[in-house]
Order: sequence, then C-alpha cells, then structure tokens
Amino acid sequence: MTDGMNLTLNIWRQTGPDDKGSIHSYQVEGISSDMSFLEMLDVLNEQLNARGEEPIAFDSDCREGICGMCSLMINGEAHGPEVTTTCQLHMRSFKDGDTITIEPWRASAFPVIKDLVVDRGALDRIIQSGGYISANTGSAPEANSVPVPRDKAMRAFNVATCIGCGACVAACPNGSASLFVGAKITHLGELPQGQPERYSRVVDMVGQHDHEGFGGCTNIGECAAACPKEIPLDVISQLNKDLRTALKQGH
Amino acid sequence: MTDMPDTTLTSDTSHDEPTAGEYDDAAGYYTLGDPIQDAKAPAGPIADRWQTRKFEARLVNPANRRKLSIIIVGTGLAGGAAAATLGEAGYNVKSFCYQDSARRAHSIAAQGGINAAKNYKEDGDSVHRLFYDTVKGGDYRSRESNVYRLAEVSVNIIDQCVAQGVPFAREYGGLLDNRSFGGVQVSRTFYARGQTGQQLLIGAYQAMERQVAAGTVEEFTRHEMLEVIVADGRARGIIARDMVTGEIETHLADVVVLASGGYGNVFYLSTNAMGSNVTAAWRAHRKGAYMANPCYTQIHPTCIPVSGEHQSKLTLMSESLRNDGRIWVPKKKEDCTKDPRDIPEEDRDYYLERIYPSFGNLVPRDIASRQAKNVCDEGRGVGPLVGDFRRGVYLDFADAIKRLGEDAVREKYDNLFDMYERITGENPYQVPMRIYPAVHYVMGGLWVDYDLQSTIPGLFVTGEANFSDHGANRLGASALMQGLADGYFVLPHTIRDYLSEGPFEKIDESHEAVVEARKSVEDRVAKLLSINGTRSVDSYHKELGHIMWEYCGMERTAEGLRKAIDMIRELRADFWTNVKVLGAADTLNQSLEKAGRVADFFELGELMCIDALNRRESCGGHFRAESQTEDGEALRHDDEFAYVAAWEFTEGDEPPVLHKEDLVYTAIEMKQRSYK
Repeated sequence: MTDGMNLTLNIWRQTGPDDKGSIHSYQVEGISSDMSFLEMLDVLNEQLNARGEEPIAFDSDCREGICGMCSLMINGEAHGPEVTTTCQLHMRSFKDGDTITIEPWRASAFPVIKDLVVDRGALDRIIQSGGYISANTGSAPEANSVPVPRDKAMRAFNVATCIGCGACVAACPNGSASLFVGAKITHLGELPQGQPERYSRVVDMVGQHDHEGFGGCTNIGECAAACPKEIPLDVISQLNKDLRTALKQGH
Repeated sequence: MTDMPDTTLTSDTSHDEPTAGEYDDAAGYYTLGDPIQDAKAPAGPIADRWQTRKFEARLVNPANRRKLSIIIVGTGLAGGAAAATLGEAGYNVKSFCYQDSARRAHSIAAQGGINAAKNYKEDGDSVHRLFYDTVKGGDYRSRESNVYRLAEVSVNIIDQCVAQGVPFAREYGGLLDNRSFGGVQVSRTFYARGQTGQQLLIGAYQAMERQVAAGTVEEFTRHEMLEVIVADGRARGIIARDMVTGEIETHLADVVVLASGGYGNVFYLSTNAMGSNVTAAWRAHRKGAYMANPCYTQIHPTCIPVSGEHQSKLTLMSESLRNDGRIWVPKKKEDCTKDPRDIPEEDRDYYLERIYPSFGNLVPRDIASRQAKNVCDEGRGVGPLVGDFRRGVYLDFADAIKRLGEDAVREKYDNLFDMYERITGENPYQVPMRIYPAVHYVMGGLWVDYDLQSTIPGLFVTGEANFSDHGANRLGASALMQGLADGYFVLPHTIRDYLSEGPFEKIDESHEAVVEARKSVEDRVAKLLSINGTRSVDSYHKELGHIMWEYCGMERTAEGLRKAIDMIRELRADFWTNVKVLGAADTLNQSLEKAGRVADFFELGELMCIDALNRRESCGGHFRAESQTEDGEALRHDDEFAYVAAWEFTEGDEPPVLHKEDLVYTAIEMKQRSYK
C-alpha cells in the first residue's frame, strides 16, 4: 500500500492581504496514494513546522465533500483533475515525480487572506440580497397542504446541492458567479413556496452579484465543468429567463 | 490561568472518599456534591408540560425586544435556526462561527434524515411513540420531559422547513415521502436523498441571512469564542478572536447561547469536521456550567476504515448499507491478508449473524461497533495494518447482487458506493467493502434545565452542545430533529422568560469580569506562542485521540480508564512545556487555533475518563467490561446509575465535583434491551 510518491509542490504563499505573494517550491516524499490531497498538505505542514517554517494556511473543514470550505486551484483547475471537492481528491490521481502547482481561488471578488485562504463573504451577501423564502418561524402551513410535483421537486433538489465553494467563480475566465446564483434561483423558483418572491429575488440577487465585482456570463461553461456537485449549465438559462420576465414585469 | 499546569499531576487517592454504592471505581478522582434537579419543567401530565411552560414563560413586549441583545455561538441547525427565529422576533442577535460562512457548520454533513411524528404513513406513529422510541433508544438515561417536548415539536419542524423551500424527497403525487430508519418499525424519517443535513442547514442559513439583511442579525464569521464573560452572576458576553486579524474582541449582550456542537474530535479521528471543538463549551464549564455525562459517545459502525497514520478524519457511510450487506471476517487469522473473494464460505465468520441470529447485521449501532472492534482485537481484522492491528471488517454485497442484480443494488446505494470507491480506490461491486466503527456524535454536553439554561444564569445551550435529549445513545435521524427543535421552537420560548427580566444593567469593557476574561485569553495566546518546544499540535492531538479510543471508546474497564487518566495528565503537562506553535498572534494562524482547542481537549478527555470510571454500568453506546450478563451482553444498573452525572469544574488540583440528577420516569417503564 505504501508506494511512496515523491512530489514537487509549487505553492502560492502570501503573508496577508497586502502582501504581493509568490510561488514557493517544496519537496514531499513517501506520499501514499491512499492519502487525500489535503492529508498530503498536512504532511508537508508537519515537515515545515518541524524545521521552523510557518505551515501553509489552507481552508478545509468537513473533509467529506459537503461543507464547501476547501478551495484550491490545482494545476490550474478548480479542485484539481477530478469532478469532486479538493478534500475528496486522493493522491492516486497523481504519480511519482509529478510537479503540482497549488494556488488560491483567483477572482477579484474573492480577495486572498493568507496563502491559499480567500474571503468568500461575497457569496453570503448574494444570499442576503434575496436567496431565501420569507417564512417566519411558526407561520408555516401544514407541510403536505401544498403538493410539489415530483419532477419539480427533483430539479429543485438537484440544484440545491450547491455547496457554495466558489469553484465556478474560480474556473470562470470572467470571474462570474452566475452558476451559483442560477442554482439558487432555480432551486427556489421551481417550488410553489418560492413563487411570491420569484421575480424580485432574481433582480436583487443579480444586482448584488454585479455589485460584488463578479463578472458577467459569456456561456463558456467552465463553471459547470468545475462544479464538484455537477450543477448543470442550464441554471444560467433559467436565471436569464427569470430575469427577463422580471424586468418585463417592471421589477 | 490554572489551565497551564507546570507540574505533572498524578492520580492521588488521598482526597475525601465519596460515599456511593457497592463499587466506587472513581473514588479519589472526584468529590460528591449536592444533587441537582431541573426546576423548570412543570408538573402534571407529560403531554401538557410544554404547553404549560410556554404559557407560564414570561413575555417580552415587541417594543422591548430591540433593546435586548443575544449572542449565539455556532451556526449549525441549533444556532442558525435560533438566530433566524430570534432575529425575526425583533431581538438584536450577534452570530459567531469559526468557519468562513455560516453555511458550513457541520450539521451539513448529516446524511440520513430527520424524524418527525407526522404519521403520514398511517402506520401507528404518534408523538407518544416517537417519545417512547427515543427514551428507549437512549437506554433510559435521558430526561423524560425534554424528550416528550422534542417529539411534540417535531411535526412543526417539517412544516417550517418545507415553507423555507427545503427540497425533501416526494412521492409521485407530490406529497412528502418517508422511510424507516435505524431499526424503528414506523416510517417517520423525512429525507433529501443522502444530503438531509445539508438541505436543512441551508434552509436555516438562508433564514438567518434574511435577518442579516433585515438588520436584526449581525454575523461574525472566522471568529472563535475563547471565553465567556460572567459578570455579577450572569453570562453577559464572550471574548472572541478574529481569526483573520488575530484581534481579541469583547462582545457584550444580555444573554449568551452556545450552539457550538459536539466534542467528538477529542478522539482525533472522528466523523466531525476538522474544526469541530469543545472550546466554547469547555470555557463555559470552567466558568461554572456543569458538564453532563461527558463519557456518552456514539460510535457509528459503518465508516470507511483508517488507511494509514496520515489519516485526518473518518467518513461515515449511511448505515442503510447494513440492510443488504453482510458483515464478516475470516475465521482464521492467516486468511486476513488474502483476497476476500478467494476465501471460501466455510472459512468466513458472519459474526453478527452468528451471535445475534434474530437481528443479524441489523443489530443496533453500539453492538455492531463493539463486535467489530472485538474481532479486530482478536487479530481477525482486514485491510491495511494500522499500528498493531488490521482495523476493518468486510461488508459484503455479493449475495445482494446475486439476489437483486447489480442494477438494483446500484439504484439503492449508488452514491455511497461511489464515495467509497473515491476514498479507497476499490470497487465495492467487485470487492467487499471494508468498514470500521468511528466516533460520530456525543450525547454528553453541558447540563441544561428544561429551559435549556445551564447552571450559569443567562447561558443557554442548544443542539449537540447540550446533553438533554438522547440519553446514553442517540437514535438515527434524531440529531437533526433536536438541533432544529431547540433552535426554532424551544429556545425562542424559554429564553424570553429570562429576557423578560432584562435589559440587564449595562456593563462595559472596564468591568472586572471583562478585564479578567480578556486577560486570560491574551495570556493563553501569548503562552501558546512562547513555548516554542519540539512537538507539533497535531502530534499531541493524535496521541490524545489514541488514548481516548483505546481506553474510553466502545469498551471500558476501570483499570484502563485509570491508566488513561494518568497518560492524559502526563501528556497535557508535556504539551504545556514542549508544544511548538509557529507564526504570530496578529494574523491568520491555524496552528494557534488548533493548539487552543487541543489544550481544552486534554481537560475534557480527563473528565470523560473520570465520568466513565464512575459509571460502572454498560449502557447505551458504551460497554463497561465489569458490567455484563453471563453471555457477554450489556448490563445496566438502574438502581445505582439512573442519574445524570453533572460535573462541576474545580480549580487547580482539586478533583471535580459530581452532582447527580435523578432520572424519574412517570410515562415510561424502564426495560433492559435484548437483541438476541
């Protein structure tokens, strides 16, 4: 099992938001193919700590592909070569002698905090602008009083699986968060509960998206290719359709 | 700064001997204090208590609510739901989380579902049956009034979540689907494929973000609470570190709510998130909040095994896999390294089917977990050698594939099989899966009364961080139920009774309690950075985890626990002289964050061992070797241990004080479990 890969890691290091930052090169040895990518970085950090160099800062939390906290550009690809999150990427996707370049998410709306850690607060602010259904606690009707056609419920679920990691933004040449916004618009817009605010929601969320400095969508599709949850590109069509309807209605 | 011992403590048995039952295994490790009781649950029939309490809890006039401030630590189901609901009610809420967004709290990782007594299947479910199942599942170690209320409000949770747009599974007619979960005989579990926790959390998160936009909730992400401020006998705020700038901040309020989750990471390897920690709860414990039943840990049988020393966390797979998979290990040790497909049927030991013929592979979590550890400890485990043992057993779908066809198995378990293959690199359609138990949830937590208030006035505790609802073992799909029950429907009612006495006298940063709390945080940060020893924080954490798993895990003995206590004390003393934390205080410093958490895990770990040592009975999720039936099954001792063990922190070398809350059942009769 311990096949022991030796790797060269070129890693972005930046001491803080105002530092210019640069790529540093590190060697790691004896990496097992059963390790996750982040465990490989844990190994490197233990080595750095032992020799008195400050460990590399990177985000991760659940390490089971659902919280959306991990966020690395690996050899220029958001979350690396597989369709999954960085924490679920394993070293068996690499081979002995590989050189791996690791960078933070790159987007002007995601400023770097330190090393590989970025600030994704802009995504929270987009949700605050309208990514919800207004339903105060206690005011809800009986759950089965409003049936939801199964196909609509399925589509809502399929796009509600977005984990808010920001890979779509990092992958997009325009730094657009249209896939993220489209997923939320589609999730809530497919459900009967989401109808009363459907059109104000899309206008407000798109407005906030643009205000945060995310770029526009030019239908390149890198976002959907990078999405670890395989959110389909058609949520952006839904977004545009709902936006057009909203504007026609005078929102 | 008594948490930084400069000498090694040894187990000292010269303290006052407490009087207890026939055995007092923990004599010398604790002193016995006055009994404690819940003074808030109303008397009367169990079905009326919550209605009575809601009516009797004093109200706060809407105009006064905006003069009252609430701090909530944690944004999981319990914290996020409470922030949203209290914000909607018009209070000023400050919400804190250590992650970069409130949406990342670890509730998000729950897979299976959420229970509710809706009885949509008309299969005999009711509030009373959910209550009964939960108390029984908890092995009669939970508080009856709290559990009844949980079952009662469960129905409202589903309504609320559907209204928020949570995309639960539905039937073709558009109505909600249910499934049976965790061995119960009714279908009361609502689910959203294998991502129920994610969908419920996103619902709570969106409701909370709506209140951020409305100005009632202010969020502080990448902030870690490091101390609670107790001024003039009341919790009045917290000291938090801004994890980006390193600034130590004071936040004051009329009331503080801890919704900071469980402490399973004391075991180092668990299914918890990397950042899940006990610090918020432990800091409160040190300031006077009692810690209840800390040794109650749930170990989940179907996790992906450890693959090597580098392992940083464990991943759970839904236990629904046990419905069709058969669990076995080789009969002979020498077969353990063979390809399992080459081991003939007669050389396989389907040990659960053998020992428990009526329940077979579907025995409860604790039994499945313990037996897996037993066969691996015997040297019959499979998979890679980790330490001295192979820690894995086969979960084999070959029969199911033969019986149902590969397509049918794929339809049922596709995402789990994919996840398994991604992590292990093995295809479970062809090779049997390997599984091993992992720490998954803690039933213990800060002691709270019926109002969810701790022993510090004005400090409320919700969700996994409190101890109240699951007794000695939690049923599947009940953690999500409890988190949301506390956050949406219980706390908002009980906290108003306390807040009706406010706003409390204004205090500022010059108050001696604030100065003291700030100073202790600043000193601790400075101390951790100044030790500059030779060992990394992770190496200490791993060693602590190993001690906890070996001696305070599934099976415990008095001898092992005493040994563990000595080992933990020694390790902790070494930590405070030899840990190496690089970097600065005034920047993002992940080593520093981890060091503070591990420092608290040492103290918690010791208390868990003392609690486990005291509880000389096998109960719920844990097994005491000294307390078993003739055929090796768990033996509870209701005459001696039908109580909540609530521990009071003591300074210095003084042993902790045990306060017992007797558990009285009026609506349910206590029974021993049997799965033979």
